[in-house]
Amino acid sequence: MRLINMHPGRGGRVLLAALPFVILGIAYLIGSALRLAENPGDKLLPSLDAMGRMIEVMAFTPDRRTGDYLLWTDTAASLLRLWSGLAIATVIALVLGLLNGVLPVARAMLGPFIAFLSMVPPLALLPVLFIVLGLGEVSKIALIVIGVAPILTRDLALTAIALPREQIVKAETLSASSWLVAWRVVLPQVMPRLIDSLRLQLGPAFLFLIAAEAISAEGGLGYRIFLVRRYLSMDIIFPYVLWITLLAVTMDLCLRLLRRRLYPWAEVRP
Amino acid sequence: MTALTIQGLWKEYGAQVVLENVNLTIAPRAFVALVGPSGCGKTTFLRMLLGQERATRGTIVMDGEPLPSEPGPDRGVVYQRYSVFPHMTALQNVMLGPELRAARLTGRLWGAARRKLADEAVALLAEVGLAGAEAKYPAQLSGGMQQRLALAQTLMMRPKLLLLDEPFGALDPGIRTEIHTLMRRLWHEHAMTVVMVTHDMREAFALATRIIAFDRPRNRPEERERYGATITNDIAIWPPRVAGRQTIYDADIDPVQDDLNRFAITAGTTRPTEGSLP
Ligand SMILES: Nc1ncnc2c1ncn2[C@@H]1O[C@H](COP(=O)(O)OP(=O)(O)O)[C@@H](O)[C@H]1O
Ligand SMILES: [Mg+2]
Repeated sequence: MRLINMHPGRGGRVLLAALPFVILGIAYLIGSALRLAENPGDKLLPSLDAMGRMIEVMAFTPDRRTGDYLLWTDTAASLLRLWSGLAIATVIALVLGLLNGVLPVARAMLGPFIAFLSMVPPLALLPVLFIVLGLGEVSKIALIVIGVAPILTRDLALTAIALPREQIVKAETLSASSWLVAWRVVLPQVMPRLIDSLRLQLGPAFLFLIAAEAISAEGGLGYRIFLVRRYLSMDIIFPYVLWITLLAVTMDLCLRLLRRRLYPWAEVRP
Repeated sequence: MTALTIQGLWKEYGAQVVLENVNLTIAPRAFVALVGPSGCGKTTFLRMLLGQERATRGTIVMDGEPLPSEPGPDRGVVYQRYSVFPHMTALQNVMLGPELRAARLTGRLWGAARRKLADEAVALLAEVGLAGAEAKYPAQLSGGMQQRLALAQTLMMRPKLLLLDEPFGALDPGIRTEIHTLMRRLWHEHAMTVVMVTHDMREAFALATRIIAFDRPRNRPEERERYGATITNDIAIWPPRVAGRQTIYDADIDPVQDDLNRFAITAGTTRPTEGSLP
C-alpha cells in the first residue's frame, strides 16, 4: 500500500500526536540529568523537582513584599492587555475590512493606505508609543493593535472581495441596499475567516505583548520572564514559557469551537 | 406584464466588440431562449438586462421606461452557480428577499411578520419540490435541488422579468427533464417574462415561446475583435405556447404510459391556472 493511502486509526492518531511531546520530555530529562550530574549548581536545565518548587512559590505562595500570588496576577495583567488589544483590532478590522471589501470607493481610498500601514514594523514604533502614550497600559495595548489590526483588516477585505460577484448582484435583485449587502451577505460569510485569522494572529499578539512588557511594566508574564532572566532563573522561565504556550493553545481551541458553534455552514463540505 | 424593447444595442470591452446592433422586442409573458456559440456574448447580454453591465450604445426599455442602471427586485436572476447563499438554510434563503425589502436596517423580520413569511416560504419550497429540506444548507443539497432553491428564492420577490443564465447546464439529463417540468409550471403560474440563456437546443425547444440565436456574422480570426455577435435567427415556436395555458405537447406525460386520454394539468399544481385546458 502506498504511504499516501495509510491513515492512522483513532488510537494510532493519539499515539502519534503524543510521540513528539514524549521525545521532547525525555530529551530534556536526559540533558538535565547529565548536566546536573556534572555540576549540581547548574542553572541552565533545572530538574523537574526544582521547577516544581518554583511553581509552588510563584503560583501558590503569597509574595513576601506584596502578598500577591505572582503567577496569577501576572497572568491577569497580561491577558487583560492581550484581550483588549485583540478586541480593538478585531473591531477595527471589521469596520475597515468590510468598507474596503464592499465599497469600491472606500477601497480606492483606504486600500493603498492600509497596505502601507501593514508594512510598518510595529516593534520599531514601540519607543514612539512609549514616548507619546506613556509607559502605562495604553502603549502596550496600542502596540498589539498596531501589530495585528492591519493584517486582520487586509485579510478580511480580501475574503470579502473574493466572494462571487454573482452573490452581490443576487442580493441586489432581492432588494438589498449597500448596507444590507454588507450586513446580511458579506459579514456573515467573512466571520469564519476572521476567526481563523485571529487564531493565526495569536502568536504575533503574544510577541508584541511580551516585547512591550519586557521593556516597561509593573507586572505581567513577559515582565516576570525578563526580570528573573538576570538571576538565570530557568526554573521560573521554563514554567512561564510553558504556561504562556498553554494559554495560547487554549485560546486557539476556544476560537475554533466558537467558529464551529456560530458558523456551522462553514464546516459543511459540499 | 412586462415588455422589453431593445434598440441598436452595442457592447464593447476596450477594443473588443462583443455585441453589435442588437434589435429585439420581447412580448409580455414571453419565454425567450437565447442560444449561440460559447463566448458570443449571451451572458453579457443578460447582464445588461440585469443592470449589472452598461451598454456601450443603444437603449433597453422595459414597460416604457429606460432600464434602471443597477440590479433591482423587478428583475430576478438564477445563475448556473452561486445563486444561493451558502451561509443560510434553504428556508432562510427563500425568506431573505422579503426580509431585506421590509426591514431596511436589520434585514430581519421578527414575530408574527416572520411567521407569516416563513409559512409563505415553506409553501413555495414545497411548490418547487423542496418540502423537508427547509433546514438544510445549500452545500447539503444536490445541484438540481440548489437550482430549485434559487428559483424559489427569486420568485419570492415576484419579479416581472426572470433572467436565467444556463441554469440547468450542470445537471444530469434526468434531473434536467424534471426541472423543465417545474420551470414550465412556474412560468405558467407566475406573471413574469423569462429570458433564458442555454446551450441545449432541446431545452430551448422544450421551454421557450421563442428562440433567439446570437452569432458572429464575420468570424475570421482577423475580424474577431472588430465585429461582434448579433441576432442571426429568431424562431417562434409552433404551435405557440401561451403563458397560463397548457398545450398538448407540453403536458407532462408519464414516460411509461401512452394513454393520451390521461392528458391533464400537471399533478402538483398549487394554483388554479386561468383558462387552462381541461
Ligand atoms: N468583464 C469583461 N471584460 C472584458 N471582456 C469580457 C468581460 N466579460 C465578457 N468579456 C468577453 O466578452 C465575450 C462574451 O462573453 P460572454 O458574454 O460571457 O459569452 P457567453 O456567455 O455567450 O459564452 C467573451 O469574449 C469574453 O471574453
Ligand atoms: Mg455565458
